Amino acid sequence: MATTAMAPAIQRPKGTRIRRATQPYLYLLPAFIVMGVITFYPLIFQVWMSFTDFGPKNFRVNDPIAPTFVGLDNYFRIATSQLQIPNFEFLRLVFFNLWWAFSNVVLHVIIGVLVAVLLNTKGLMFRGFYRALFILPVVIPSLIVATVWRNMFDTDAGAVNFLIQGVGGLFGLPADTAAFHLNWLRQTNDPIPFIPLPLAYFAMLIANTWLGWPLNAVVATGALQSIPGELYEAAEMDGASGRQKFRHITITYLRPAMVPYAIYGFVITFNLFFLPYFMTAGEPFGRTEILVTQAYRLAVDRQLLGVAAAFAVYLFFLLLAVTLVTNRLAKATKSYAE
Amino acid sequence: MAAITDSRRFAFLRRPGAKTKVAGNEEPRLPLGRQLLLQILCIFIGITVLFPIVWIFSMSIDPRNFARPDALNLIPPGATLDAYMKVLNRPTSNAISFLGLAKNSLFIAISSSAIAVGIGVTAAYAFARLRFPGRGALMIAVLGVLMLPSVATLVPLFVFLNQFKIEFGDLSFNLRASLIGVSLAVISSQLPFAIWNLKGYLDTIPKDLEEAAVVDGASRNQVFLKIILPLAIPAVAVTGFLGFLGGWTEYLTTYYFIGANPQNWTLSIALNSMVGDFARTTTWSEFAAFAILFALPVSLVFFFFQRYLVGGLAVGGVKG
Repeated sequence: MATTAMAPAIQRPKGTRIRRATQPYLYLLPAFIVMGVITFYPLIFQVWMSFTDFGPKNFRVNDPIAPTFVGLDNYFRIATSQLQIPNFEFLRLVFFNLWWAFSNVVLHVIIGVLVAVLLNTKGLMFRGFYRALFILPVVIPSLIVATVWRNMFDTDAGAVNFLIQGVGGLFGLPADTAAFHLNWLRQTNDPIPFIPLPLAYFAMLIANTWLGWPLNAVVATGALQSIPGELYEAAEMDGASGRQKFRHITITYLRPAMVPYAIYGFVITFNLFFLPYFMTAGEPFGRTEILVTQAYRLAVDRQLLGVAAAFAVYLFFLLLAVTLVTNRLAKATKSYAE
Repeated sequence: MAAITDSRRFAFLRRPGAKTKVAGNEEPRLPLGRQLLLQILCIFIGITVLFPIVWIFSMSIDPRNFARPDALNLIPPGATLDAYMKVLNRPTSNAISFLGLAKNSLFIAISSSAIAVGIGVTAAYAFARLRFPGRGALMIAVLGVLMLPSVATLVPLFVFLNQFKIEFGDLSFNLRASLIGVSLAVISSQLPFAIWNLKGYLDTIPKDLEEAAVVDGASRNQVFLKIILPLAIPAVAVTGFLGFLGGWTEYLTTYYFIGANPQNWTLSIALNSMVGDFARTTTWSEFAAFAILFALPVSLVFFFFQRYLVGGLAVGGVKG
């Protein structure tokens, strides 16, 4: 074994050239046959569907009729918000979705990094216990998290309002104060006058922050533990303050780990179906709907399959744009960090 | 060997409680005031993390069986498993038990994750180790699909699978309206993830072993079956579990394809029927018990194997 490993040139086994050339494709074949049938073909079929008025009438068992070709009509009606469904505004939806993903990721990364730094403090007691405790939101399936938070934000029976009531009670406020009975998921007035975001957005933000920061803390902890301790010692000798050390050493080392993860988190949150669907159901007036939940509603609730197909094509190009932009950002920050 | 490559891949994730490597050095002691301040901060964060969990747990064992709770009730006056018995027996108004729902969820979870990982691992091997024309284009195809949410293929899959009428002995069913159809749709969204996650792992296995085996006259297939596959078992298990998790809580496809037939319902559809405006007949204690029974098995596995699983979550996403 030892002698052969040292052999300078590696001899390959004799096989026909054709066999060796086709072998990689044989390894790929099962996966690509399956993907061809249940992924790529449906995707192409979807593009065709998007040019038609496809609906339930076109696939019923007895005498199905062929869908009518409508050209770019579906695309046009989506972009100009002329669908015959209530509360549909395409641009508002896109901007809300981008803001939803962005605001979440910023919060998650900041809290995650701060908690990681906190738990990395030398000499802090019970660190292992806290690390195990703080991972709990990650291990619970997000579908269940969303339904539980849906009930927590209930107006009359939800834990959040009772909690606010309890805290208010400490200050002697009566239990029937209006602010203790917030209609978190349905209130139509915006809570902050000059910011056009409904209260339900903040409820979703709270729930998703609970769900999202721990994983960021895990990634940040890994990066923190890779920082050589001598760096801090050297900085101390040079008289650096705590804040300077944090800015110039901690952040510099965290950036290469956190930026790719933040981008991943952005895409995940951008497409996060469970929270808007189960917590707010898009309320109030469809203002907490995001693209994936709207696409789902178009198909499942409204049965507008042609429109839903065009919507999915839009979604594809938007995600492509998001991926390209974030990748450029990642590369830009990477060269900066190194 | 497996353990070595494993810790290499997930080196950035330490098990909670694992000591940082300051061999020999004793940890400096924090001044008491600072220690106290940081402990208070940690306890506060811990309370925010635990609050929903404690709330749902105490509601599930509360003997008052709340239709809707009238106070916070974090410490119930007693404990009973009545709500658990009720939801195990008949969680929704439909004639299907918790086990019946769990069986359907299990079918989707096991069949989709097993097939996705089984055919994904050979593709991952080809991408990780073999060089061939078209490799780049095919990898981009996989990545492109990985980027798409499952909603993006839902509609055409519905129409496509709806065309197939399966006649098998006495059985006659529409493929779309069956658990098999749902599994196919779930495989469609899991396969790219399985390929990508496994490829990421296979990339980290050192090549020396294979090269040594090739020198000893092993063929490509032997290298794959005898060397790569045994080494990849932890990664296969991780990818399989993450796929299982996806199938276990799958909602959108399942509800769209088979929501009309309560006998085919899964745990996730039942859970949704127990919250919000639909939940007229379900007490909140029963909802709580159901949510816990639903989450507990997968959450326990996740908690104890988080060291490996969290890495899969962070690696499997869009990168590149």
